[in-house]
Order: sequence, then structure tokens, then C-alpha cells
Amino acid sequence: MNPVTPVRTYVIIWLILTIMTFTTYAVAQIDLGQFNIVIALAIAFFKMSLVIWFFMHVRTDNPLTKLFVFAGFFWMAIFLVFTLGDYFSRGWMPLGKFW
Amino acid sequence: MGQQFDSATFGMWVFLLTEIMFFGGMFGAYTVYRSMYPEAFASTSAYMNPLYGALNTAVLIVSSLTMALAVRSAHLDKQKALQIFLLITMFFGLCFLVIKGFEYHEHWVDMKVPLIGGHWNYSEAPQFAHQAQILFIFYFFMTGFHAIHMIVGLGIMTTIFIMARKGRFSPIYYTPVEVSGLYWHFVDIVWIFLFPLLYLIGHTRTIL
Amino acid sequence: MSTAIQEPQQTTETVNYLNAEYGWKSWLFTTDHKRIALLYLISISVMFALGGVFAMLIRLELLTPQGDMVTSDTYNKLFTMHGVVMVFFFLVPSIPATLGNFLVPMMIGAKDLAFPRINLLSWYIYIAGALFAVASILMGGVDTGWTFYTPFSTTYSNTFVITAAVGVFISGFSSILTGLNFIVTIHKMRAPGMTWGRLPLFVWAHYATSLIQVLGTPVVAITLALLALERGFHIGIFDPAIGGDPILFQHMFWFYSHPAVYIMILPGMGVISEIITCFSRKGLFGYWFVAGSSLGIAIVGFLVWGHHLFVTGMSMYAGLYFSLMSMLVAVPSAIKVFNWTATMYRGSITYQTPMLYAFGFIGLFTIGGLTGLFLATLGIDVHLTDTYFVIAHFHYVMVGGMVVAYLGGLHFWWPKITGKMYPEGWGKFSALLVFVGFNVTFFPQFILGYLGQPRRYHAYAPEFQVLNVMSTAGASILAVGYVIPLIYFIWSLRYGKPAGDNPWGAKGLEWTTQSPPTTFNFDQTPIVTEEAYAYSKKPEVEVG
Repeated sequence: MNPVTPVRTYVIIWLILTIMTFTTYAVAQIDLGQFNIVIALAIAFFKMSLVIWFFMHVRTDNPLTKLFVFAGFFWMAIFLVFTLGDYFSRGWMPLGKFW
Repeated sequence: MGQQFDSATFGMWVFLLTEIMFFGGMFGAYTVYRSMYPEAFASTSAYMNPLYGALNTAVLIVSSLTMALAVRSAHLDKQKALQIFLLITMFFGLCFLVIKGFEYHEHWVDMKVPLIGGHWNYSEAPQFAHQAQILFIFYFFMTGFHAIHMIVGLGIMTTIFIMARKGRFSPIYYTPVEVSGLYWHFVDIVWIFLFPLLYLIGHTRTIL
Repeated sequence: MSTAIQEPQQTTETVNYLNAEYGWKSWLFTTDHKRIALLYLISISVMFALGGVFAMLIRLELLTPQGDMVTSDTYNKLFTMHGVVMVFFFLVPSIPATLGNFLVPMMIGAKDLAFPRINLLSWYIYIAGALFAVASILMGGVDTGWTFYTPFSTTYSNTFVITAAVGVFISGFSSILTGLNFIVTIHKMRAPGMTWGRLPLFVWAHYATSLIQVLGTPVVAITLALLALERGFHIGIFDPAIGGDPILFQHMFWFYSHPAVYIMILPGMGVISEIITCFSRKGLFGYWFVAGSSLGIAIVGFLVWGHHLFVTGMSMYAGLYFSLMSMLVAVPSAIKVFNWTATMYRGSITYQTPMLYAFGFIGLFTIGGLTGLFLATLGIDVHLTDTYFVIAHFHYVMVGGMVVAYLGGLHFWWPKITGKMYPEGWGKFSALLVFVGFNVTFFPQFILGYLGQPRRYHAYAPEFQVLNVMSTAGASILAVGYVIPLIYFIWSLRYGKPAGDNPWGAKGLEWTTQSPPTTFNFDQTPIVTEEAYAYSKKPEVEVG
């Protein structure tokens, strides 16, 4: 079965996660316009990756599990990208003008 | 036993896949509306308390640590440690729900609960009233479903704790602990995303 | 007869999963995948009959151009309930929950699924969902269309939308659990020697189906939850008057519901692969192409949902993209049809009932699939959408494809499931009735759609009457074609000829067990040494 992760590793990951939480909070106080949400989500993505990789043992899991984890997020991305794609592309130049 | 462990953890991951799509659907709809109504959504930031949100995030992250340590204890046949870590995890889970309860109460007092008649009032910025209502619906929906998953998680932890007390786990068989851990971490991950999306909108917009 | 138990006489029944235990508790608390399959079989047959009753009422109304049998509101309820029941409570579970549950463990050499109790739970959840759906019917029905489009469903409809939506929501979990079970089972419980490359294509098909179930169903769950929320609490999530977007509902709804149609058809394709190889006495041509196509359909099927939104005001760029992808998704299906045909070429073909259904499937599914391409073409869809052309298209694939495959599969595996043979003469006759009845019902609808008859209307222009009458006549033939097997299947339980372990001489682990199988399928875990469909090849005829 899976190898045992040392306590040290878990605690370090926890520290990083907690620090990143406060970083998110702090950055949100500064006005960066559009980038606020980008940074906030990027940090959230990073935190999630740590939880998945270490706390959920995906680091030592077999490739099949890794594939399924990736697939889950990929599928959510499919839904988001193409639905938002519709909304964002509605305002684009109509094709008719070019041919 | 190895095949059972493999099958059970794989099965839990497949289930978590469905949860990703479930919450993903909600996140998607929320994102569409947020991109449609940026100012209205920003105006709601006055009623979200990012401190509560950050605190809750920290609480859940700690609970994830203790959960991981609980699983590790089971794997290493440390029965006492397993039980203690489970209890601490559940304690933090409860903390989370209590803080959430305070928050919901504040929303109730502020008349920002669209679900129940009479508890919605957006006279501070009436031009945004309808769209803000949509945001608050999503807020309660997303955090509400998350809270339901937390409560279920607490139920699962209680069951695991009882099983641990009865000495059901050993290094050869700790599958339920591992699998419950996966579920718990996932609920944590959902919150990791809910926090920035719902709480950190437009706190700087007052400058714009 | 080779059985696990020594029996002094032929007339004494061998111990099998049906008689291993008696009493209602042994059925309602069973964890045997075969018994659960039978529980599902009975339940979905009941739902099929219910959906069929609504179909009958629809076709009766459409005998005359005027809306004279029912009011338009009632008619709206009829086609809604027909759709809801047929899609969510018959088609989605059908083959996976019945034949899949029964056969997947056996085909891979396992004793049961990975999570037998979850399997039972999924049946109970299905029943709970079905009860809500039936409740909504009994209380007065729903009139929004099975697609629950907003804002009609959320704001203006005066029917029991939430009840129906809850029923569908609940049944979605049944689907998810079944899919989860199959995925884990197929990955983790194959017998020694049963490599991915030796899996029957029925198993590949169910694997692909399960992926769709797991990835798609949660999104419709959340969509229906939002719908119920809006309707219950009058918040404008999808109501344009207060800032909501009805198109968002459609995006979310079809993100699941399009892949759902692949949930419905893929298992049927799996059945066809099994039948054609057996009755052509030949290995499947292009095994990896067919396996890969199953996965291809599952994956690409998630990328095309916008073709249901072509005329809604979606961006034209999105329209272009979805149109292109919808054409691409036809490719793996076509690959399968070519491979089945190539399998039959120079095979030693016999024409028993399952094979007749398989022939029907290939022809009817091809027509349905090709007409899908018409609809995928954006410019044409603008004219054909919301007409009877669409209805004909999806009934060709769903009924001419899926239901025909289901009937074929039931006939093929009936001897294994029950130990009895159905009467072959009646089987052939019903297959013919179904084929003829189906075409007479639905082919005229292509023409009607092309001529402009809109769907979901209880009245139509008088010049369409002849074709509508033809369609209704066909429906009555089709109904007879469904009822006859129901009768002789039940008859065969008592009076059918004992089937023996392998009446068709088919390859596949399920045929190595007794008929009906014992509770744990195999006395010893089988060890697989040969490829799938290892029918001996016909000696090559001299070339040239």
C-alpha cells in the first residue's frame, strides 16, 4: 500500500497553506484591478494542488488515479470554457463583414 | 486487502469526480453572472466579511492537517493518536459550522437573505438590487451545499471514530479512514475556492 | 448438462441465483448483481409502459389536425411526461442497469461488482426518483417539456415542476452510482488474463457510458436544483426580468443532456457488437477501432451540447464551433457501423431473433445518425429545429437504435438470465413488427418536419393529416411488436424450452457458466487465455 508520509511534511504543507491563505487576504486589500481575481484564483489553485498532492496522497498514487483527478478538473474546465466562451464571443465582430 | 484498498480509494476518487462536476456547475453559473454584472457583485462586498472567510479557511486547513495525521496514525497502528486526531478534526469542523452560523445570522440581520420573504433589502444600492439578489442566492446556495457536505463529513467522522474505538482499524485495514480522509480534504478544497470567489470581490473597488 | 451440482434427474432444478434463496427479503435486500438487474428490469419495464401510454395518447390526438381530443395544456403535459419518463426513467438506466448489471461482472470473470451494496442502493434511489415522477403525474402532471426550459418552468408554469425536477434529480444519483460501480469494477476486478485488449466490447461500451454518467449527471443535478430554487423562492436566477439568463439554463441543462444521449446509445452499441460477432461466427473487425470509438464518443460527446442552442441567441462563433464538433462526433459512430459491417462480411451468418434486431439497429441507427448531421449543419438547423424532423431524428436513434438493441440483447441473453428459451418463431415475428411499425411511425415525421410541422403542438395544418395518420398507424403496429415479447418472455419462464449453458455457441465468459448462473457466477476464478470473439475463422476462399 502507500508509503507513509512523515509528520514534518504534513506540517510544512499546512504552514504553506496557512501562509497562502493570509497572502490571499492581504493581496485582496490592494487594488490591482482585474488581477485581483486572477491572483486570488491562482493562489487557490496552488493551495488545492498541495492538498491533492500531499494530503490526499496523489503524489504516491498510481497513474490511473492521477489521470482521473486530472480528468475531473479538465471536464469542469470544458464546461466553464465553452459556456463562458459563448458569452464572451457574443460581442465580437460579426463574420458577415469579412466575407 | 490491497485490491480492496485500491478499489475503495479509486471508487472514492470517482465519486469526488462527480462532486467536482457538481460544484463546478455552480461555480460556472456563478462565474457567468459575475462576468455579466461586475459592479453589482462588487457592491455586495460590503456585506461579506472576509475575516470570517479567512478564519474559516484557516480552520478547515488545520482540520485537513489533523485528518491527514489521523490517516497516518491508522496506517502506523497508533490507535490513540488516530482517535485524538479524529476528534480534533471534528472539533475544527464544528468550529467552521459555528463561524458560518454567525455569518448567516449577520446576513439575516442585514436583510440579505433572499430566500425567505421579508429578509431581503437592498435599498443601499437599488440599481443593483436584482443582480445582487442573484449573487446572494449563489452565496447561500454554494456555502449551503458546502455546509451540508461538512455536516455529512462530520457524520462520517463520527462513524469512523466509533469504529476506531472498537479497534476495527489496523495497518492492514484502515481503508475507511483513508477514504473518509479523501472526502474531508475535498470539502476543504471546495472552500479554498469559495473563499476568494465569494469573499474577496471588490474589497478594493471603493478606490475605483 | 454440465452444472456445478450433481443432479440425479434432469427435472430437478439446479441451484442458481434465482432459487438460491426465497422470499421477498432475499430480493429486496439482495446484493447479487444479477438479482438487482432483474429488479431494475421490472422497474424500467413499468416505466417504459407508462411512457408508452403517453405516446399513445399523443399519437391519438395527432390523428386529426384540430386539437380536439385534449386541450393544448393537457397535450403539453402529455409530451412532457412522455419525455421525462422515457428519457430519465427508461433510456438512461435501461441497458446498463439491466444487462450491464447482469453481465459486466460475468464478462470480466468476477463474482460481482466492486460495490454490491451501492448497487442495491442505486436501485432504491431509482425507485425513489420514479415515485416522485409518478407523483407529479398523479397530482396533475408537468407541462414544461422534458427540457424544463426557463422562464416558463420557473415562473409561468402552473404545474408540478418541482416534484418532477426532484424526481429527476434523485434518479441522477442512481445513474452516478451505477457508473461509479462499473468504472471501479472494470478497472480493478478483471480475472487473470482478462487484459483490456480481451474485454468484450460490451464492457468497453459500459465503461465509456459510465464515464459519461459520472462526469455529466452532476451538472444536470445542480441545474435542476437551481431551477427548483428559483421556482420555490421566486429568485431570478434564470428569469430575464430580474437579471437572470435563460440561455445559461440551457447551457447547463444540455451540458448533461447531450452526453446523456450517448449514455443511452453506447450500451446498445455494445450489445450489437456481441450479437453480430456471435451470429456471424467471426471476430470483431477492428476491435481497437470500436473500443476507441466508444471512448471517442464519450469524450467528444461532451463538446457538442451547444447544437441544442443554435437558435437561442448564442454567439455565432460558439455556433460555428459546436456545429463543427457535432459533425466530428458522428465519426466514431460511423467507424463502428463500418466495423460491424466488415465483421459480417464473409461471416457465417444466421438469422435468429437477436441478429434480426442487430440488422435493424444498424440500418435505423445509421439513418438516425445521418439525419443528425443535417441538424448539426447550422444553416439547415435554423429551419429544421423545433420541427418534427428533430423528433424523427432522435426517435430513430433512441428507439430504432437503443430500444431495438435492448430488445436484441434481451433475446440474446434471455437464455442465460432465465435458463429458458423464448419461442423463436414469435421472436422473429415481433422483430419484424417492431421494424415495420417503427419505420411507419417515424419516417413520415422526417417529411412532416421538412414540410414544416412544428413539434409540441396539438394541432397542425390540415395538409399534414395523411402523414400523421400513417404515423399513428405505425405506432399501433409498434405497440403490438412490444407487447408480444412481453407476453412470450413471461410465458417462457414457465413453459420455455430449457436453454442449456450456451444455446448460441457464443464466446464470452458469461456463456461458460450454467444457465441461469449460480449466485457467485464462477466456481473458480476463470483464467483467460484467448482473445475476445475467438470464433474459428472460416477457411479462406481462394483469392483471385
